[in-house]
Amino acid sequence: MYVAVKGGEKAISAAHELLAKVRRGDTREAELSVKQVEQQLPLAVARVMTEGAVYDPELAALAIKQSAGDLVEAIFLLRAYKTTLNRFGICEPINTETMQIERRISATYKDLPGGQVLGPTFDYTHRLLDFSLMAEGDVSEPSVADISPSAEMSAEPVSVEPVSKVLEILERENLMVSESDHQSEPTDITRDPITYPAERSARLQSLVQGDEGFLLALGYSTQRGYGRNHPFAGEIRIGEVEVSIVPEELGFEITIGAVQMTECEMVNGFTRHRDGEVKFTRGYGVGFGQCERKAMAMALVDRSLQAADYDEEVVSPAQQEEFVLSHCDNVEAAGFVSHLKLPHYVDFQSELELLRRIRAAEQSDSAKDMN
Amino acid sequence: MNISTEQRQRWISVLAKAPTEVLLKLSDSVVSDMQFELIREPEIGLTQVRARMGGKGDAFNMGDMTVTRCVVRSQGDSLGFSYVAGRNKAHALRAAQLDAMLQLSDFHQHLTDNVIEPLKQQASESQQVKQQATAATKVDFFTLVRGED
Repeated sequence: MYVAVKGGEKAISAAHELLAKVRRGDTREAELSVKQVEQQLPLAVARVMTEGAVYDPELAALAIKQSAGDLVEAIFLLRAYKTTLNRFGICEPINTETMQIERRISATYKDLPGGQVLGPTFDYTHRLLDFSLMAEGDVSEPSVADISPSAEMSAEPVSVEPVSKVLEILERENLMVSESDHQSEPTDITRDPITYPAERSARLQSLVQGDEGFLLALGYSTQRGYGRNHPFAGEIRIGEVEVSIVPEELGFEITIGAVQMTECEMVNGFTRHRDGEVKFTRGYGVGFGQCERKAMAMALVDRSLQAADYDEEVVSPAQQEEFVLSHCDNVEAAGFVSHLKLPHYVDFQSELELLRRIRAAEQSDSAKDMN
Repeated sequence: MNISTEQRQRWISVLAKAPTEVLLKLSDSVVSDMQFELIREPEIGLTQVRARMGGKGDAFNMGDMTVTRCVVRSQGDSLGFSYVAGRNKAHALRAAQLDAMLQLSDFHQHLTDNVIEPLKQQASESQQVKQQATAATKVDFFTLVRGED
């Protein structure tokens, strides 16, 4: 139970001013612009967009600046902003096969059609602090010539053809559970709260918005034996995909722009299916911007939550749908944990009173026993 | 003027994806001589983004993206529409104006040559640069023969 408290306006506004001051830091240093955050912290921006569930790099960057780099707070800000806007419509489902590839790797096939493209990755770095990034002005900017086509590179034309999916190789051989479009209308958890057992569309939407840390830990737990599902990173791709809608007033499909996204398709342990065939199973992860770790964690958890489909015994946290889905949202989780800071004076007084009465009763009992 | 839906889809796509500054710069002069009636002022909202399970299965909702829309009527009585990703009202307004003008035979060719084609050209060049940079990270892994007997 909460009680209303009055007063404190002055202290609260002073606290907010102080927060603004702390956020600004030493004024002898140049102030960080939203554009700089957007351009130079793109992976933080990607996380805020994915978990904030709004693709808008500029707004995500603003939220990061405003929250002084607290990404969970930034996600909260973006979710709150989202509620102030009207929804004009629904995009046509994006087609990741037509993705403009910036990165594409597979851990299941060494040589695959379209090849492996590392793209901008932290993989293979030595995780040594790079002090050259700290040296002011000493490091030359990468010149345009470094990244524009050189004569040598131009000799080899770059393919613009869509790169086919790795998991399709297995599907063609009938060794992989196939995905097909039943034209069903997906659940929208922003309009209808999840009910259990949940539709897979509700699960996936919830996982996209779910906290990266929470899903990473759950995904990791499946690898360590708590709901083992034997994963291989079948294909990970990052790149831009076009987004289109069919506005009612036009009646035909139009492109509205492109979004950068990350997709992970896991190949999971095979099992005998109800139709009698033995096939690999699959997990799917996706997010806005460059968010590889999140997409992988999501794919692991998507698969572990399919336990019921394959008659697997549900014994581990990562397999328990209600546990995972009702705790993966960091805005909800942070809200409920934070509410402990609200005044609980009356609650606490009643507990204190009760404890005192128990102690007093016990003391008088033991006094009686002595007599 | 006879315009196919495909033709219109193509220019709407080019206008939506164009970098705002370039779009405005290329079209400022043509648009300034024209009168437009605002049917729907540039308005910022959301559109829900959908993906598919396993890339091609059933659809699910991923989240939303910001979008700005606008509708204008040109002097020539054509209606121009725009839906542009992001929150740039100037971009949405200009895209709607150009959509309206492109439907008029007096302006169609001029705008195609001086706005749409240059934008397309620029988009394909910057795509090419990006692809070259990506292609440099293409990797050929090879497995080593282990020295086991």
